[in-house]
Amino acid sequence: MKRILILTLVFVFLVSCSPSGEGATDSAPQAYIENKGSDTIVNLALAWAEQYQSDYPNIRLSVTGGGSGTGIAALVNGTVDIANASRQIKQKEIDLAAEQGIVPVEHIIARDAIAVIVNPENPVTELTLKQISDIYSGVYTNWSEVGGDDRPIVRLSRETNSGTHVYFLETVLRLGDKESKTLFSTTTLLLPSSEGIIVEVRQNPNAIGYDGLGYVPHDLKVIAIAPEEGDEYILPSVETVNSGTYPIARDLYMYTNGEPKGIVAEYLDWIMQGVAQDIVKELGFVPIN
Amino acid sequence: MEKDLNWREFIITRLIKFSGYSAIIFVSLIFFFLLKEGLPTLSEVPLGDLFALRWYPIESYYGILPLITGSLLVTIGAGIIAVPFGIGTAIYLSEIAPRWVRNLLKPLVELLGGLPSVVLGFLGILILSPALRVSLNLPTGLTALSGALLLGGIAIPTVVSIAEDALDAVPKSYRDAALALGATRWQTIWRVTLPAARSGVLTAVMLGVGRSIGETMTVMMVTGNAPALATGLGDLFSPIRTMTATIAAEMGEVANASTHYHVLFFIGMVLFIISLIVNVTASAVVFRQKKRAERVLS
Repeated sequence: MKRILILTLVFVFLVSCSPSGEGATDSAPQAYIENKGSDTIVNLALAWAEQYQSDYPNIRLSVTGGGSGTGIAALVNGTVDIANASRQIKQKEIDLAAEQGIVPVEHIIARDAIAVIVNPENPVTELTLKQISDIYSGVYTNWSEVGGDDRPIVRLSRETNSGTHVYFLETVLRLGDKESKTLFSTTTLLLPSSEGIIVEVRQNPNAIGYDGLGYVPHDLKVIAIAPEEGDEYILPSVETVNSGTYPIARDLYMYTNGEPKGIVAEYLDWIMQGVAQDIVKELGFVPIN
Repeated sequence: MEKDLNWREFIITRLIKFSGYSAIIFVSLIFFFLLKEGLPTLSEVPLGDLFALRWYPIESYYGILPLITGSLLVTIGAGIIAVPFGIGTAIYLSEIAPRWVRNLLKPLVELLGGLPSVVLGFLGILILSPALRVSLNLPTGLTALSGALLLGGIAIPTVVSIAEDALDAVPKSYRDAALALGATRWQTIWRVTLPAARSGVLTAVMLGVGRSIGETMTVMMVTGNAPALATGLGDLFSPIRTMTATIAAEMGEVANASTHYHVLFFIGMVLFIISLIVNVTASAVVFRQKKRAERVLS
């Protein structure tokens, strides 16, 4: 994440240093789009901005992170054209915006699915959300309790500073219950990278881990998940994420003030299809179409 | 001409003096910085919470006990490996090995000391921890033991290099006298050479331990980073989280001047104080030994 931050800063620096006005060799009028918000999206937004600027050299994009709340706050204050958010805007924020005469309009730009992975030797193929929650909070400590072999469960997670960690805590461990105080068991291994989780799951039949769908290699087993006991068990895929049946997936958003116009509208149209959505897939997110 | 020499003398003395003091200046600057950033913790987090058993900073659980025990466990484990092996190797190199073996082995040991810890971490993840899991039938190989083994490996070259220099500096007359009195080779090493080199050997152990407790990258990669309290040597076989790995993993993301930020600096302070205690104890021991030796010799 630190790298992302540095990249962002460098990018902003480059953008702000780009020739403007007198002395510029490019005489075409330049237009600026300010884009700020979610750290989950910042890599994607940067990749889009780079691609878009090389396709349309007369447009300059400035992309910064800081978090979904920061982005929305900037939109409300009228300092950015587009706010990135990995969560939906809250009613409180909509009210605040209305006071400033700003009407946030939501655009779903990509989706993000979290796959739960185990070693291929592990006979368990499906779990309910509640079972996964109980595994990670330490209620279950042996695979036989969820229909597997008699083996200890080794829980793997990303570090606490990962957005995915927080999303997994809220959506899976706490089953979306805002009041819940459930925490990861202290014996959960907190690995510093996605790669660390994948290496350990690959060689350890006791392990269970989670990661963004795009990061999961084919030699690991992805668990099918049912939202409730008795529901159908669903594997994550572009289709099940888009139909909303896979339970651990979230939409990623961009917000604009009112319906987008002019260059912002052109940029958002470009994002919704073609090359931009290919970039979505490359970076491990789920495209929207 | 004479004046010129005086000038040079003056500048050189000052420069050397400054180099001498610079270490003290740097250490105190670092310590004051740690105090400045770390002490606000005490007003922000009640002591009871700070020395609690759960570390989960994003929900304001700032219990650092599991991190302290984690660091201590890995360091003790590394010490158990590095001290006997390191001193043993040093004795072999200095007292037993023929010249040519020594000339070959010592550079190799020092080369081992130059291995980047990240590389050892990779070996740990890919080879050591799977091997430990299978051979010891553990739930996972990412444990304090993997960390201790690798840290032991990292500390050994430090211990060997310094202990060997110390043994080498023992005058030949000591050994000759012992042998002349009818001592065996082993008795000479154990009763004469090693005690005579004790202060250097202790320094070697101290630096080795210091190297292990401060090592970050390797432990972050192989110990699993689970903030569970370690209560005894038996926990060597389970995952732990060290203070250094916590600082390294979380510092990049933390908001400036937040409670979490201050607690991370507080952990740095604890780490600093632990190394200080190790150093002071070791030099006190060395100092006492020297005085006694001087008394005997005079």
